Amino acid sequence: MPGATPDVDGGDDPADDGVRIDMISGARMEGLTSMEKIRLILDGVREGNIVILEEGLSPDEESKLIEVTMTEISPDDFTGIEIETYPKPDSGSQSFLDKLMGRESTQKLTVIGPANRIETLHKDENLISTLVSRK
Amino acid sequence: MGLLTSLKDSISRVTDGLFAADEPKRIGIYGPPNAGKTTLANRIARDWTGDAVGPESHIPHETRRARRKENVEIERNGRKVTIDIVDTPGVTTKVDYKEFLDHDMDKEDAVRRSREATEGVAEAMHWLREDVDGVIYVLDSTTDPFTQVNTMLIGIIESQDLPALILANKTDLPESDVQQIANAFPQHETIPLSALEGENMDEVYTKIAEYFG
Repeated sequence: MPGATPDVDGGDDPADDGVRIDMISGARMEGLTSMEKIRLILDGVREGNIVILEEGLSPDEESKLIEVTMTEISPDDFTGIEIETYPKPDSGSQSFLDKLMGRESTQKLTVIGPANRIETLHKDENLISTLVSRK
Repeated sequence: MGLLTSLKDSISRVTDGLFAADEPKRIGIYGPPNAGKTTLANRIARDWTGDAVGPESHIPHETRRARRKENVEIERNGRKVTIDIVDTPGVTTKVDYKEFLDHDMDKEDAVRRSREATEGVAEAMHWLREDVDGVIYVLDSTTDPFTQVNTMLIGIIESQDLPALILANKTDLPESDVQQIANAFPQHETIPLSALEGENMDEVYTKIAEYFG
């Protein structure tokens, strides 16, 4: 499966010793369908990992991520996700050609984690500060 | 025969278009939990139809199914706008049944409420992508609007090119800060109101007619 999370070496369950962070490049996400991206994210988050996307999701994919997350919430197991991105850049920063062609940049660093393990301490246009707890 | 069929099709397309223009617009009332969406939906429905849409509560996720009030006719400055109001559950990325235990619920009721809430949020997202013609986005003006859910939802609404009216609710409370909401979403007009007290509803109805008429 193209979106499968790779195994990591060293120990039975590395998450027992700390918090695993998967930083996923834009290139890795580029060839995936919307649902493959969402599965890649949610599979990682449901294992307790923090997922960082270099280029984020499109608004339509964000909408589907919320919808699929809701269908997977279950009592005492998975309470949902915490997601943070930098605010969308002002449309004034887009080039005239991009506006003319309807091209909208979705590039925005995005941090996603299990709702019961990640807490946003501070967020502004230039800084996202989060507290990540162990299981 | 072919000419007659073609003529009939053309007439049919024109009449379909005319009727489509008269059909009520489905306006989704969106926002985070406890922003006052149902209070607003009830205020609009009572003002123009005499009926309510659904029960209001201070407990989060009181609305767990999208509820529609059809054919609400709003008259403003000689213009008549007919809309279907769709009151949607508050959108969130997480639901923990334990939060409901603080509201005098036992575990069984809390788990049921959380399950219904998750289904409702999923349904609301589906409505937003497929089934609404415009959005009234309701925010509690006493709370910080710079949240990820607000940022994402406004982004989703903008990506769909839906007309959107942002309402800063709960202006009757002393902590209300309308300017904070205007600063958070400067690309949109922000209208202050108290849906509970009925404050500034005249301007809200004028803007509804302007945006969705």
